[in-house]
Amino acid sequence: MMKKIKWNHYINYIVIGLLTVVLSAIALAGGHFDSSMLFLLEKVAISIILAVSLSLVVGFLGELSLGHAGFMCVGAYLGGKVAALLEPALGNGPLNFLISLLVGAAVAALCGIIIGIPALRLRGDYLAIVTLAFGEIVKSLFQNTSDESFDGALGLDTPRYDKKYLFIFAFILVLITLAVVQNFIRSKHGRAVTAIRDNEIAARATGINVTKYKLLAFTLSATFAGVAGVLYSFSNYTVQSMKFGYNYSIEILVMVVLGGMGSINGSILAATLITFLNTKLATVLTGDLAVLQNLLYALILILIVIYNNAPALKSFRDRYNLGALLRKLLRHKHDPAKIKDDAAKWDVVPTKIEMNEILSIDMTPQDKKGNTGNGGEH
Amino acid sequence: MAEYILETKDLGISFGGLKAAQDVNIRIKKNQIYGLIGPNGAGKTTIFNLLTGVYKPTAGTFYLDGEELKGLPQDKINHKGIARTFQNIRLFNNMTVVRNVMVGLHDRPEFHCSVLETLLRLPRYFKTERAMRERAKELLRIFDLEEDRNNLACNLPYGKQRKLEIARALATNPKLLLLDEPAAGMNPHETEDLVKTIQFIRDSFDMTILLIEHDMKFVAGLCDEITVLNFGTVLAEGDTKTALSDPAVIKAYIGG
Amino acid sequence: MELFLSTLINGLSLGGIYAMIALGYTMVYGIAKMLNFAHGDVIMVGGYLIYVFMATKSPLLAIIFAVVGCVILGMTIEKVAYKPLRGASPLAVLITAIGVSYLLQSLAQIIFGSANKMVLVYEFGSIDLLGVPVQVSALVTLAVTVVVMVVLTLFIKYTRLGRAMIAVSEDKGAAQLMGINVNGIITVTFAIGSALAALAGLFYLLKAPSISSTLGAMPGIKAFTAAVIGGIGSIPGAMLGGILLGMVECISYKITAIAPYTDAIEFSILIIILLVRPTGFLGKKRREKV
Repeated sequence: MMKKIKWNHYINYIVIGLLTVVLSAIALAGGHFDSSMLFLLEKVAISIILAVSLSLVVGFLGELSLGHAGFMCVGAYLGGKVAALLEPALGNGPLNFLISLLVGAAVAALCGIIIGIPALRLRGDYLAIVTLAFGEIVKSLFQNTSDESFDGALGLDTPRYDKKYLFIFAFILVLITLAVVQNFIRSKHGRAVTAIRDNEIAARATGINVTKYKLLAFTLSATFAGVAGVLYSFSNYTVQSMKFGYNYSIEILVMVVLGGMGSINGSILAATLITFLNTKLATVLTGDLAVLQNLLYALILILIVIYNNAPALKSFRDRYNLGALLRKLLRHKHDPAKIKDDAAKWDVVPTKIEMNEILSIDMTPQDKKGNTGNGGEH
Repeated sequence: MAEYILETKDLGISFGGLKAAQDVNIRIKKNQIYGLIGPNGAGKTTIFNLLTGVYKPTAGTFYLDGEELKGLPQDKINHKGIARTFQNIRLFNNMTVVRNVMVGLHDRPEFHCSVLETLLRLPRYFKTERAMRERAKELLRIFDLEEDRNNLACNLPYGKQRKLEIARALATNPKLLLLDEPAAGMNPHETEDLVKTIQFIRDSFDMTILLIEHDMKFVAGLCDEITVLNFGTVLAEGDTKTALSDPAVIKAYIGG
Repeated sequence: MELFLSTLINGLSLGGIYAMIALGYTMVYGIAKMLNFAHGDVIMVGGYLIYVFMATKSPLLAIIFAVVGCVILGMTIEKVAYKPLRGASPLAVLITAIGVSYLLQSLAQIIFGSANKMVLVYEFGSIDLLGVPVQVSALVTLAVTVVVMVVLTLFIKYTRLGRAMIAVSEDKGAAQLMGINVNGIITVTFAIGSALAALAGLFYLLKAPSISSTLGAMPGIKAFTAAVIGGIGSIPGAMLGGILLGMVECISYKITAIAPYTDAIEFSILIIILLVRPTGFLGKKRREKV
């Protein structure tokens, strides 16, 4: 049983690691990929990094960030600029890439701290609105920069890194993101973060420094958005602030919601799926039809969230969820020990967040009824 | 070592003119089980909230083992040694039972492990993680919850949820344990069980306990001393039997 | 002087629009304890309804249809998307609200296309005020806003329904025990908010007679900012925040050096306010019940 859990923990490393090795072997051996395929692979990697890092805030901390694209934007501009400045001295090699990456990530982290301090002290929907504001501020600032600094509305040109190998770096970065986020979540520090999500008041009373952990999780998430941004600037050769608007942040949110909040593996799957879908849809749905994609996102958000969270559907969910279905298929349904162990998995359990009280500013006994909801009424 | 584990001096708070508690003086000796009783709205939970830093006192102060804790944030007060449970149970519902207790162990110095160490999965991470799990299991065994350790906290029956909340509070290694209506919603059998558990905690953890309760039989059978509150002020205090037979207390309870 | 007067009037009228939208946010937040992200898009729907019903050739009829349509829309959104989630986590409600916002925008784009539509509701022209030419539409906006605010304040203070709304926002459970139909109150709140949003849509069309599916997005976000600055949950706060933000925006647009950064300036004000005075100017601190 122990083995089974571990396997589930590490399957994502294995899949992505194998993918990286196989694809790079093909690329290095013959270079059979056309540039659009490489571009797609890079895009998938970027999406996974974004979704996994956002999942840390939305799924595990239980707060909503609508400025993930803003942090990415900061990373893309700063990383791209540093790369352009270093190009004469260091050329286009991995060293340049690494330095730009560190700078982009560090500046995004700094922005995360600056935004997190005022927003995370407050409960409720403030983080959502402040991060949204942050995204808009970043966009508007970079849009109005001069030609000498970030090239304003025209966009910043970044060095043309050898595309043949960029996707290998991209996948290595995915692995690093995964390792950091998963190691964080599956530690005492991650436990503190989930405790805050489940019941902030109890977490405080249990000695958890709530502000510290909120800020830590949020900053970590912003850092990796910055990493994704740097990767983006290398992958696209150009950075335009218009691309990093509210809609992009929502797209990342859709990946997290579709994958199941609190599920890292789900985020990876959904990020891959949506990125592929986007590329496919972009060729099919042109002109006015392009909006159908937004319609799809909207429906995903509404239907999945209502299905996963509506109190009235609770018994239905308990009976017919994916986990139960899998257990049935694997004929584990009569093995209570098995069910118990599933509860011990990090990745499966917190897909739905029932914490009606912790985020709201005031709480009435009315609301609590639904939450205890398991014989807890008195 | 101070004479009293907990000492409040003229402790009080007013919410915009409304004095929810005033001039409350409570002294609890080490190893006592101390009761805080009074009719609904007497300000009992307010006192708990003052002692745990949820509210900042607007008057007076309080000392834990001789150290003034007034004005500290909630997590710091917990680190200093006050842990509590809640009137309406507040567990980490989507976490397993054992993890609930492990959160309680989070800030114990013996389980220290920095973020960097956990991110890099250095040996100390595995060591502390294992040690925390073992310690949590020990605590759960005391409360007869070991079997349930891998269940989600929200799936536990009510009585067990109450116990788990106490276990989590104890995990923070407090000097003073505050229990807010621990017997609420329990049947007579469970209540009897709870009395034994609380006495056991006092004896084996060398604990001092301050509890709020409505059930007079429960209080009379368990508490060494009590303070009776009414409208935010102290109505009577002292040895349980004497305080309960005080005419003012009887009047406040029966009305008149 | 000329610049001052025209900026003042434009700022006040823009502020009035923001205030009107902010009222919808703040009332819903106060009563349903949720951030109705789709509120801004109801403005856009209101605009499109006016566009459609201008076919009747009567601006008044178009406005009435738009208000009624938005009220129905607001109540439907509440019933279909938010009500099933009552008692669920605020995060779930917030994400659903974002989904609804997105849904309205994409539906509008599917129905009306992505190109802007021209809607000339009524040509007010401009008049001379102390030697300064002033858009009459701005004055009308200002006047209607003031009237709406006064009526709304009186309604909440002196009618049974209004007082029930205050009761629900103070304590839902207690209000229910007092025999107040909480669900009904929430529906009414959404209805009022949506009617105000429809009017805001009208004012936007008076300001600039063109509409697209994203008309409501930015004003919505800014009005929420205004509601937070004024103090979320507070009705006078929403008015104050709206006027303040409108003035800042108009002044900022007049100064060439900072004009491109106007949005950034407004949002920075939000972040600064949250840092120094998290409850906004007129919001009261809520004590959490433990």
